[in-house]
Amino acid sequence: MALLRIRNLSVDFATASGKFRAVDSMDVTVDRGDILAIVGESGSGKSVSMLAMMGLLPWTATITADEMSFDGIDLRSVTAAQRRKIIGRDMAMIFQEPMSSLNPCFTVGFQIRESLRKHMNMSRRERHQRAIELFEQVGIPEPEKRLGVFPHQMSGGMNQRVMIAMAIACRPRLLIADEPTTALDVTIQAQILELLTGLQRDTGMALILITHDMGVVAETAQRVSVQYAGQKVEEQPVRPLFSTPHHPYTAALLAALPERATSKILPSIPGVVPGQFDRPKGCLFSPRCSKADDRCREIEPENQPEELGRAKCHYPLGVNEPEMAQ
Amino acid sequence: MIKYFLSKLLTFVPTFFGVTLISFAFIRVLPGDPIIVMAGERGLSDERYAELSAEYGFDRPILVQYWDYLTGVLQGDLGESFVTKKPVWDEFFALFPATLELALCAMVFAVVLGLPAGVIAAVNRGKLFDRTLMSTALVGYSMPIFWWALLLIIVFSGNLGWTPVSGRISLLYYFDTLTGFMLIDSLLSGQDGAFMSAVNHLVLPSIVLGTIPLAVIARQTRSAMLEVLSEDYIRTARAKGLAPVEVNGLHALRNALIPVITVIGLSVGTLMGGAILTETIFSWPGIGKWMLDSIFRRDYPVVQGGLLLIAVFVMIVNLTVDVLYGFINPKIRKR
Repeated sequence: MALLRIRNLSVDFATASGKFRAVDSMDVTVDRGDILAIVGESGSGKSVSMLAMMGLLPWTATITADEMSFDGIDLRSVTAAQRRKIIGRDMAMIFQEPMSSLNPCFTVGFQIRESLRKHMNMSRRERHQRAIELFEQVGIPEPEKRLGVFPHQMSGGMNQRVMIAMAIACRPRLLIADEPTTALDVTIQAQILELLTGLQRDTGMALILITHDMGVVAETAQRVSVQYAGQKVEEQPVRPLFSTPHHPYTAALLAALPERATSKILPSIPGVVPGQFDRPKGCLFSPRCSKADDRCREIEPENQPEELGRAKCHYPLGVNEPEMAQ
Repeated sequence: MIKYFLSKLLTFVPTFFGVTLISFAFIRVLPGDPIIVMAGERGLSDERYAELSAEYGFDRPILVQYWDYLTGVLQGDLGESFVTKKPVWDEFFALFPATLELALCAMVFAVVLGLPAGVIAAVNRGKLFDRTLMSTALVGYSMPIFWWALLLIIVFSGNLGWTPVSGRISLLYYFDTLTGFMLIDSLLSGQDGAFMSAVNHLVLPSIVLGTIPLAVIARQTRSAMLEVLSEDYIRTARAKGLAPVEVNGLHALRNALIPVITVIGLSVGTLMGGAILTETIFSWPGIGKWMLDSIFRRDYPVVQGGLLLIAVFVMIVNLTVDVLYGFINPKIRKR
């Protein structure tokens, strides 16, 4: 049984100018010990889908799903109080901006012990011990001393380590990392990713890595889900995805990697992700796709079969010409 | 922290001298001559006027008078009242506890109601409670204090007969002043019902005086909370599985308190001004009423000294607020 199964998840936001669909019929499956990367440009609904599952979206969001279960628990029917017992303990999340994600008024030690106090039956002394242990685990030097400092007294990288320590405090079975390295220096980025994958290996937890960096995906993930304008357009294990992408969007993302560039000018995808008012008919990627024809612009494509990465495209790539008859 | 405290203390010095100058000048720019006011309706001869003028030193140049006043102040001598002939210092401290007691009760009333109201309104933004509270706060803020006081007196003292109209305690009780705080003194006296009588007398004036700070605190708490609630660390707190009470009451409120504390400190100044009106309406024997009477009598030393002491009190309160601020906001403490 999968640890996390989401079927046909949609999230709508009520805005002043009407409904905005941020996530459109998205499927996610994560097994125990899996590393899934969710990739996509800004505004493609990567974070929103995970926040929806954690129940962290504001009340303006309407969430619908055919299935949303974690470890056999139906997340759609749990009460708020039941959900609070799961999130922070079995399912934890770290965020993009470590500096603003920690409360400036409390010491980092307090913020870590708070999770333990909430979810674990531990004495004060045990909590302190566990906090030190966690700091050592995430590579913060002088843990005893660092527990008493405030977030503004540490660097962004150190704060992200604190966030990770906080997230893994109760030994979660699923860790969601929402662009954990975007706000950090490149050298620190590598360290944090190494730390996350190392922790994943040691603890056997599942990891969902939300990112827009294909380089990060290649280094860490086992499976990749590519997201565009709130829809999943392709999902494949990492190697085949990099060698034979089936969706033109995935191919375009990969072509934009600097190390794959063949000319002096770095290729880019023209245009931007459609917003609330310029959602095209048919395939959402058609206005930016070099291969789009009238059929793409008129009819919304169905998902291709499993062996074609469930690509949401009329003309998937990496298929021999005769087979492409549909 | 000590350095922070001392640097704040240093800003006291110029403010203090500024206040001596303003309080000295303020009463002198008011039309009306204290000697003529003292003489009353019968008036007095030119010779007697010159004599008295010389006695009080009004015949000397104004700068010399200010210098005399300033040197007196620095030696702890605020002069004597023209009317009662008692030292201003003694009069102030005989009356100040009454005002302080009233102001404290008003502040407690405002904070105890205003903080939770602001928090609840922010958490339920746009809902009925929020809208009701915010419009009520606007009314409370804009309402003339004297009218509000009279309204309450009519309803609670007149129609319902629940509270007394004026004074600090019923005439049935008499005991010696120990602390000057009626609530404490009445308890210490051990007389049955004395404490309840003191409380009864305090209720209406406290509500009247606390209404504007209540409205300000509620609105400020709401807007500070709204700002804080959209911060990333609130999402982190919720992602930990904390209950709304912990998220709003601990993680959010702790941050929202920083601006609110400032407003509370500033309200103390407003409270001192409001006390004059409230004390007059409720015949509350505090410094507000004393100051007002002295202004009408052109009692220069009392007005000067009273203003100065009130200003120093407000300055001390604000210094305390600054120190509290340092405790609440760790970014300041560790600087």
